[in-house]
Amino acid sequence: MTANITLAITAGFLVACGVYLILERSLTRILIGVILISNGVNVLFLIAAGDAGTPPIIGMFSRSTAADPLPQAMMLTAIVITLAVSAFVLAMAYRSFQLNGDDETADDLEDARIRELAKADEASGSFEETTFSDTGEDVVSE
Amino acid sequence: MNNLLPVPMLLTIFGAGVALAMPRRPKLQRAVSIVCLGGVIAVAAIFMWHTDAHGPLVLWVGGWPAPLGIVLVADRLASLMLLVAAVVALAVLVYSTGQDEDELRRETPVSIFHPTFLLLIAGVSNAFLAGDLFNLFVGFEILLFASYVLLSLGGTGDRIRAGTTYVVVSLLSSALFLISIATVYAATGTVNMAQLADRLQALSPPVQLLLQLMLLVTFAIKAAVFPLSAWLPDSYPTAPAPVTAVFAGLLTKVGVYAIIRTQTLLFPDSHLTNLLLVAALLTMVIGILGAVAQVEIKRMLSFTLVSHLGYMVFGIALANQAGLAATIFYTAHHITIQATLFLVTGLIERRGGSSALDGLGGLIKVAPLLAVLFFVPAMNLAGIPPLSGFIGKLGLLQAGAELGTPMAWTVVVGGIVTSFLTLLAMAKVWNRAFWGTPPAVESDEGVADDPTGDRRPMPPLMACATGALVTFSLALTVFAGPLYGYADRAAINLRDGTYEQSVMQVQP
Repeated sequence: MTANITLAITAGFLVACGVYLILERSLTRILIGVILISNGVNVLFLIAAGDAGTPPIIGMFSRSTAADPLPQAMMLTAIVITLAVSAFVLAMAYRSFQLNGDDETADDLEDARIRELAKADEASGSFEETTFSDTGEDVVSE
Repeated sequence: MNNLLPVPMLLTIFGAGVALAMPRRPKLQRAVSIVCLGGVIAVAAIFMWHTDAHGPLVLWVGGWPAPLGIVLVADRLASLMLLVAAVVALAVLVYSTGQDEDELRRETPVSIFHPTFLLLIAGVSNAFLAGDLFNLFVGFEILLFASYVLLSLGGTGDRIRAGTTYVVVSLLSSALFLISIATVYAATGTVNMAQLADRLQALSPPVQLLLQLMLLVTFAIKAAVFPLSAWLPDSYPTAPAPVTAVFAGLLTKVGVYAIIRTQTLLFPDSHLTNLLLVAALLTMVIGILGAVAQVEIKRMLSFTLVSHLGYMVFGIALANQAGLAATIFYTAHHITIQATLFLVTGLIERRGGSSALDGLGGLIKVAPLLAVLFFVPAMNLAGIPPLSGFIGKLGLLQAGAELGTPMAWTVVVGGIVTSFLTLLAMAKVWNRAFWGTPPAVESDEGVADDPTGDRRPMPPLMACATGALVTFSLALTVFAGPLYGYADRAAINLRDGTYEQSVMQVQP
C-alpha cells in the first residue's frame, strides 16, 4: 500500500487549523475547530483505507480490485457522531449566550477561588503593604 | 448462552426509548428504568457465573467473519465490571427516584433524566463488552453523549460552565481515539482486538510503541490519569448528586478498563512500567494534595477520585499477575465506594443545607444514620484494615514489593502516604460536618434562628438506596476471599491468551 501524500497533507492541515480554533475562548470557534478536526480524522481514515478501487459489492466486481469498505463504514459512523456533537455544542453556545450574553468559556471555579485568595492576601503573612501613590491608596490592584 | 451478550445494551436502549415515549408518566418511567437495570444485573450475574465456569462468551454479531464483523466478548474481567457497574447504577437510580418524589421545586427536567441515564448504562455496557476498537469507540461515544446531557441538566449557568470544559476535553479525546484507530487500521488492516493481538506483534517496535502511546493517552484522558486529569475536579461537582455519583463510579473506570484491556491484550510484551509508575505516583500524590486543600465536600471527593485512580494505574504498570488481580479487585471496590460517597454528600447537602464545610456542623446529633452512612465508606476509601479498600491496597502494595525495583518501592511509599492523606481529608469532613456546633444563622433580630429553613429531612428511599450501596460495599469486604480469587483468575486470563483463542475459535 502506498500512502497518498495529498490526503496526508490535507488531513494534517485540517487538524492543525482545528487545534488552533479549539484553543479559542468562544464556543462557536471551538465548534468550528471540532468540525475541522473531525474532517481531518475522516480524511485520515481514507488514507487508512488504501488505494481507491471499484465499489465493494460482492458479485459485481472482483474482490481484488474492490475498495476497502470497512474504513468507509467507520467514517460514516464518525460523521454521524460529529453531527450530533455539533448540534450539542451549538445548543450549549446558544444557552451560554442566553445566560451571559456571549458564548465565551468561563473561568474555572478553582482558578477564581485562588485568585480571590491571592487578592485578599490570605496565603502569606510576610507580605509587606506597599503604597505607590501619594494619597496612600493601593494602586497595585488594578 | 452466547446470544445473551447483546442483552445489556438492547435492554437499556429499548428501555430508554420506552421511557422517552412517556414524558408525562414519571412513575411509569421510573418503573421501566428500574426493571431494565434489574434485567442488566441479572444478565451480568449470569455472565459472571458462566465465564467463571466455562470460559469467555463470544458472539459475532451478524455472522460476519473476522476483519469485517463486530464481536462482543465477555470474559471474567468484563463480566465483573458489568455487574458492579449495573448494581451501582441501579442504586443511583433508586436514589434519584427518591429525590424526584421529594423535590417540589424541580431543577432537573425529569422526563429526560431516565432515558439519558439508561443510555449511559448502554454505553458503559457496550464499552465493557466490545471486542473491537471501533465498537469500543462507539460505546465511549454513547456514554459520553449521555454524560454531556446529564452534566448540563437544567442548563443553569454553573452547569453550562462546567459542561463546556468537559465537552471540549471529551471531544478532543474522542478525536485522538479516532486518529489512533485510523493509524492502527492503516498499520494492521483490522480493528478486531483478538486479531490485533496477533498482528501488532509483526510490526516494527517503534510503530508498536507509537500505537500503544496513542491509545494510552486517549484512555488516560478518559480515566483522568495525572497530567490529563485537570478537567475532572472542575466538571463533576456542579452536577446533581446522583449524576456525579454515577460519573465518578463508572466513567473513569471505563477508561481504566480500556487501559487494562489494551495494555494486556494488544501489547503484552511492552509494559511501559516506569512511565506508568511515574504517572501513578503523580496521580496519587497530587490528587490527594488537591483534596486536602478543598473546603467543599464534592470538590474534595472529585480530587480523591483522581488520586485513587493512581492505585489502579499502579497495578496496571506492574503488569504482573498479582498487580492485575489487585487492580481488578480495587476497581470493583472503588466504583462502589466513590459512588456511595457522592450519594452521601447529596444527603449531607440536603440535611445540612450546604456541602461547603464552613456551612456545616453538628450533623451527628441531627442525623446519626447519615453519620454512619458517611463513616463506613469514608474509612473504606482511606483503607482502614478490615474493609475492602485495605485488601485492595494491600494487594497492590504486595505486588509492588514483588516487582521490587526502586521505582516500584517509591510508588509503594507514595501509596501509603496517599492513604494517610485520604484519612486526613476524610477526618476533616468528619470533624467539621458531623462534630462541632452548627453554624449560627444570622437573622435580622440578631438571634440565631432555628436553622431548619433550607434543611429538609432525608426521604427514606434516598437513605435506603445509599444504605444498600454501603451494604454492597461491606459485602465486597465479607466476600473478599472468593472475589479476590475471581480477580486472580481474571488476571491469569488476561495474560495467558484465553481471550484471543476463544474469540478466534468461534469465528463464523
